[in-house]
Amino acid sequence: MTIAADTPAGRVRPVQKWLAVWAVALAAVVVLALFRDSLFWAVNYPADHVVPIADWVSAIMNWLKVNLSWLTRSITTILGVPLNFALDLLAKSFKIGHGADAIVLPRLSWIGVVIAAFLAGHAAGGRNLGLLVGGCFLYIALFGQWTSAMLTLALIAIAVPFCIVTGLFLGIWAWRRPWAEKLFVAPALDLMQTIPTFAYLIPMLLLFGNSPVSAMIATAIFATPPMVRATMLGLSRVPVEIGEFSEMAGCTARQKLWRVLLPSARPTLMVGVNQVIMLALNMVIIASMIGAGGLGYDVLLALRALKVGEAMEAGLAIVALAIALDRLSQALARRQARGHVHVEAGAGLLRRYPHLALALVVLAVTTLAGLFIPAFADVPKAITFTTAPAWKAAVTWITINFFDAIEVFRVTLILYVLNPVRAFCEGFPWLGAVFLLGLAGYQLAGARLAILIAALTAFCAVTGLWEKTMATVYLCGISAFVACLIGIPLGLMASRSDRFEKIITPIIDTLQVLPSFCFIIPVVMLFRVGDVTAMIATVAFAVVPAIRYTNHGIRQVPPGLIEAAVVSGCTRRQTFWKVQLPLALPEIMLGINQTILMALAMIIICAMIGTRDLGQEVFIALSKADSGRGIVAGLAIAFIGIIADRLFNAWSARARAKL
Amino acid sequence: MNTAVEVGHVPAKDARPVKLACRNVWKLFGSDAENFIKSRDGRASADELQQAGLVGAARAVDLEIREGEIFIIMGLSGSGKSTLVRCMSRLVEPTFGKVEFEGKNLLTISDAELIELRRHRMGMVFQNFALLPHLNVLENIAFPLSVQGMDRVTREARAREVIDLVGLGGREHFYPRELSGGQQQRVGIARSLATKPEIWFLDEPFSALDPLIRREMQDELMRLQAVLHKTIVFITHDFDEAIRLADRIAIMKDGEVIQIGTPEELVVNPATDYVAEFTRDVQRAKVISARSLMRPCASDDHVDRVAPEDRISTFSARLISAGRPFAVVNGTGKPIGEVTPDAVIDLLAGIDRQGATV
Repeated sequence: MTIAADTPAGRVRPVQKWLAVWAVALAAVVVLALFRDSLFWAVNYPADHVVPIADWVSAIMNWLKVNLSWLTRSITTILGVPLNFALDLLAKSFKIGHGADAIVLPRLSWIGVVIAAFLAGHAAGGRNLGLLVGGCFLYIALFGQWTSAMLTLALIAIAVPFCIVTGLFLGIWAWRRPWAEKLFVAPALDLMQTIPTFAYLIPMLLLFGNSPVSAMIATAIFATPPMVRATMLGLSRVPVEIGEFSEMAGCTARQKLWRVLLPSARPTLMVGVNQVIMLALNMVIIASMIGAGGLGYDVLLALRALKVGEAMEAGLAIVALAIALDRLSQALARRQARGHVHVEAGAGLLRRYPHLALALVVLAVTTLAGLFIPAFADVPKAITFTTAPAWKAAVTWITINFFDAIEVFRVTLILYVLNPVRAFCEGFPWLGAVFLLGLAGYQLAGARLAILIAALTAFCAVTGLWEKTMATVYLCGISAFVACLIGIPLGLMASRSDRFEKIITPIIDTLQVLPSFCFIIPVVMLFRVGDVTAMIATVAFAVVPAIRYTNHGIRQVPPGLIEAAVVSGCTRRQTFWKVQLPLALPEIMLGINQTILMALAMIIICAMIGTRDLGQEVFIALSKADSGRGIVAGLAIAFIGIIADRLFNAWSARARAKL
Repeated sequence: MNTAVEVGHVPAKDARPVKLACRNVWKLFGSDAENFIKSRDGRASADELQQAGLVGAARAVDLEIREGEIFIIMGLSGSGKSTLVRCMSRLVEPTFGKVEFEGKNLLTISDAELIELRRHRMGMVFQNFALLPHLNVLENIAFPLSVQGMDRVTREARAREVIDLVGLGGREHFYPRELSGGQQQRVGIARSLATKPEIWFLDEPFSALDPLIRREMQDELMRLQAVLHKTIVFITHDFDEAIRLADRIAIMKDGEVIQIGTPEELVVNPATDYVAEFTRDVQRAKVISARSLMRPCASDDHVDRVAPEDRISTFSARLISAGRPFAVVNGTGKPIGEVTPDAVIDLLAGIDRQGATV
């Protein structure tokens, strides 16, 4: 922390210098805005100078499509084999032969799968987890979503191993070769995780067509980064001594990696696997737009037809699936982190893996039984029930009784908050933004960051997307702001009360695993389509990191420091303001950063419910299969994310360095 | 007493062959360190290093470790002792100099030869045990044999042998996290012995353990060494541990070895104030031998006789209660001097009567 009192009077303090610089810069931008009529080229990028990057990208993509069709076709065929197997196994049943005399081998019995899910939960985390996971699957079956959910699960089951293997090898490569990490892997990961999910779909659609395979490839690309990161992190976290031991034991480089380092890194790798599974689920839902089918497609169809009840039901099935997968893989990760416990020596698969053996037997028996007893093969209609009418009735009731209140809230928000901010943002001169953001970058981390940020900002303007970019910034900014306004106080409360933390932790855990799609459904029911809905859904989605990081930041302040403060006579309030908050600030800023990135991702998905920003641009491009337009808009979105991320990280790093 | 000192510090000529030697070994950190030290032909002062912006983790280290001896490298944290031991095993590549294993320069051998050497002739124990968390005790100990390609039956049989040797029988199937610190280090020791190494590196093996356990493990090490007769390079920052275990001790400071000698030589004849500071609180009777304390025989009136290398603490009680001097006799039984009760009392009480040695 700075010592302000004894600064020599003769020297200009650096803070004051920057204040002056910022005052001049802001004044310059205000002047720019005042003379907008004569300096129109600096406010709105002139349309006839737009660099046709979109056309170039389109040309490249078309060339690829024409010239690489042999490649894409063979990839489709090869990947189709395991994918179709999984789809048949879980959802569709095998058909051998054609027409009437085809032999049909049944899919796995739903009863068997529910029991297997229970056993998996039991093996990973005891009876409670078993009941939770089995219960989620049973819920899906009873609410009539079985086939859709299994389609989704099959896609995940094939995409996830693919991600894990690719991520592992990429991670190893990046860890071994620091130049590879710096030059390729780190920038690629940044880009992969900030490009909106929609933008992935476009090139896939173009190259691989509207099919489950292209959905799977998009999923695989989207969900791989956490595995790469986990691999790099895990390997670098293995204690130095363990690496030294392996060398002293005479391991070759290969033995060292595969027999010592990777097994020692297993806990971190399992955390990566958990994230891969959750991202894959999220993406499989969104990829239903390019033929993934499954639960996401049900939601999409229902939303398009404004059947809120059906959308809600399919959405809840997604929630059940997400919770089951998340808790299961987290329990596995936690078990890895706790370490191994010996079992009494006893050979045999059955003895060592009782759950696995039992699950296989149950699956086989129930599936065979399904050949004779239809209730085993398909969920009988009689025992399923639907809540769709109830949801619809509830919405109708709310609309009838609270229409005025909701409408007042909505209109007020639009008239007095959203529209003015929007007007300000869309009218913001692009040259001014390039200048100010570059200046911020320079102040925080020097010339290199300044150039990067100015270039990325300029990209958004010269591609002719300035107005749409600022529309995105406006909605994303407001949502992130509101999310922080709600999240940070909640995080502070959680950090000061263990009871409150206990209540809020499961809620934010659940919010975090839900695919972004799910947030839209209930809000649309009440507020219909438009910016208000987008904002509320985004706030709900993005509030989690603000709460989590704030709580964690305050709680990780070393207890010794707090004791020192208390002993020096600080009141609780003083301790909080003078010790805990300043020390937690870097962590809180990281939370804000995450909130912004999540808000950005969500705003783009909200294009489905009629926003008018870059997301809409991508969405339109997707429906027209206009790859250039979609990719350029996708890049612009990614660049907004990267700019925010870099600035916040630099800021947080500086604050950390000061401590 | 002055004469006694001179007798005491004549180093006994060691006939055992040199197992491992460092010849002007340097490890420098900083840009272009290699050229810097090469261009100076292996000579540089601390000031020159500082001017070049280099950090010397090991500087001009010269030492010889003989077969079967316990050689202790002792220094405070940051003195470069860990770096030095890693230079000896080539876990860290020295910037300059030679490391000779049985006269052969380790730094020029091929990777394959190095792997072969480490698989069969070197063993190492680590401060924080470095056990593999995913393997149980038996698998951990058999691991070095397994990477050599030994079949399961043979390697597990060998592993069980060393498990019994370190007293871990019955815990073969436990995983590291189920064991206490002392037990974990026993596994580490057993693992490093499984390959029957000739030279055994122990990098602060007991520093992470509680004092009581540490003592127990030191006894255990002495017991093992009495059976195994390994050449041991032992790193520690604990001088008491060093004098308990060592045949010879090298004291390091700022990357330099400032004195090599037996515990007694260090106590009796510290090379610098820094060494003297270390040895100040040592219980001298446990370190100093009869040879150092004897004076020329004043008479033939001796109640008992002791050998020149006997530590004072082994006979001080008897000597003081007898109240008359003991003779110090050499191998042939001829008295070469005597130790008086007054001299022992002075030593035990820390009284510096002549101002010579204490």
